[in-house]
Amino acid sequence: MSTKASPKTVAARDGGGGGVPEPSPAAGRSGARRRPSGGWFVLPFALCFGLFMLWPIVHGITMSFTDESLTLAGTSFVGFDNYAEAFGDAAVWNALGNTLFFTLITTVPLVLIALAMALLVHTGLAGQWLWRLAFFAPYLLPVAVVTLIWQWVYQPDLGLANQLLEALGFAPVGWLSDEAVAMWAIALLTVWWTVGFNFLLYLAALQSLPDTLFEAAALDGAGAWRRLWSITLPQLRRTTVLVGMLQVLASLKVFDQIYILTKGGPNDSTRPILEYIYDVGFTGYRLGYASAISYLFFALIIVISIAQLRFFPRQEG
Amino acid sequence: MPATTTLGTRPRPARRRAAAESAGSPLFLGHGRLPRALAGTALAVFTLLWLTPFALALVTSLQSERDVASSGLNPLKGALTLESYRQIIERGNIPVWAVNSLLVATLVTVITVVISTLAAYAFSRGTFRGRRVLLGVTVASIMVPPQLLIVPLFQQMLTFNLVDTYWAVILPQVVAPMMVFILKRFFDAVPRELEEAARIDGASELRVFRSVVLPLSRPIVAAVSVFVFIGAWNNFLWPFIIINDSSLMTLPVGLATVREAYGIQYAQSMASALLAAAPLIIVFLFFQRRIVKSVATTGLGGT
Repeated sequence: MSTKASPKTVAARDGGGGGVPEPSPAAGRSGARRRPSGGWFVLPFALCFGLFMLWPIVHGITMSFTDESLTLAGTSFVGFDNYAEAFGDAAVWNALGNTLFFTLITTVPLVLIALAMALLVHTGLAGQWLWRLAFFAPYLLPVAVVTLIWQWVYQPDLGLANQLLEALGFAPVGWLSDEAVAMWAIALLTVWWTVGFNFLLYLAALQSLPDTLFEAAALDGAGAWRRLWSITLPQLRRTTVLVGMLQVLASLKVFDQIYILTKGGPNDSTRPILEYIYDVGFTGYRLGYASAISYLFFALIIVISIAQLRFFPRQEG
Repeated sequence: MPATTTLGTRPRPARRRAAAESAGSPLFLGHGRLPRALAGTALAVFTLLWLTPFALALVTSLQSERDVASSGLNPLKGALTLESYRQIIERGNIPVWAVNSLLVATLVTVITVVISTLAAYAFSRGTFRGRRVLLGVTVASIMVPPQLLIVPLFQQMLTFNLVDTYWAVILPQVVAPMMVFILKRFFDAVPRELEEAARIDGASELRVFRSVVLPLSRPIVAAVSVFVFIGAWNNFLWPFIIINDSSLMTLPVGLATVREAYGIQYAQSMASALLAAAPLIIVFLFFQRRIVKSVATTGLGGT
């Protein structure tokens, strides 16, 4: 999966809390009494779900307690050895640190810029289709295309980024080769690439706000900025919480663009945890150990999700 | 792409309404001249920034490889040429990968939408044994990042002898608990009276679903289809792991491997990037208003 695909995952889960109310039990029963709906409707999905979701989850856990490898035939049970090793593995901590750093420096701009774009587009200035297309189009690009374009932008001698710097009188930068810069360069590319999805969520939210609210405020003499601060932004609060939470989860799963652009370099400074898992499993052939790290990471994701739910109470707005 | 045809059926009323909206939307700006000018400027700056990489790719793709290497970003140096596009199309990889991507993404979308709508309807109306448990497990699995399953899934595909086949790419992607959940919420909100009437007339459950429920659910099914399709079209990690045969690769995987094999020729790379990007962007250009509406319909953007 690309990093972008997953945000939707949690979206509706959250929306479920405050969105469409569950139907009253009575309504459900009356339909059921007449003709109990068949379980076979759910069968195709249940089959795929069991085969390609539940089974891998369970198998992954079992695997994490073995020394299973891609190359060797025999595997044996090793208990918690893999987990113990992961805790003592400096590469795991480094990759985890990189992942958290990336999440930090992408989430804030990806929320704020998306909000700014949606507000600007929703002002109703002419050329709607152009703005929408310009901001959302990058989200439609396959990762290979995004990285191709940005590799060209970041090219050391001829690339746009360095030519701009030189034109402004600065020294050129090793965008993807300098340890101190590489992660920022990837974050910049990621913002350009994925902000469109958040932009769309905000735009949809704005379009569902009732006009009457603003007309009333305008009649009461509230100026433009006043309406923005006192009405629009508070109304968007729920969406902001949602977008922010989705973004954190999506950023934690970064892999594709980093793997293609830097392979985790220079000097492991951009290697995210998912790439380490991939390396251990598919380059180092240690499937058991890779599984153990996977589940530790999954545990971390759950902890972060719960923390976010605590931090942002859902009934807000 | 079933989604797009559905999306395009009734464009008229939506267009008129949107025009009315944008004419006098006083949300926060009002009609003051200064704020409007400021907003317009900011919008133009953002747009310029966001379109620059595309423009750069376009200009580069139209230069000869030699001019790119010598002059870099100066588009005025050297003549413009379609040479790169010609070479790429002659080499023939991109069309093959594009067809693979289209095939894979279409099949993923069709299968996902069929099994997900059926399941969501059953979760919404059904009374079968284990409904609550299965629904609970499905919703909980939304939390699982799909990347964590690649190791066991890879082994599973080895066992089934499916490595390097389309099915290995497609099957794991058709499980979309999130989409099932979105659809279930939608079905929950659909009034039951219509179904009851059809049932009294003696229609089978499948018939009720197909002729009564599905026609009411067009917008949501379209939204789900669009997002599943974009996701499948752009999916990288899983196809990258499971496909080694170049003739079976999807576009993202093929482009990434070619780059590693031949090093970068910028003009050709940019031409191939633009060719690869064009289909989805054109589709979005035509259906963007519908897509924004769809997001609102799913409740993803709702307040």
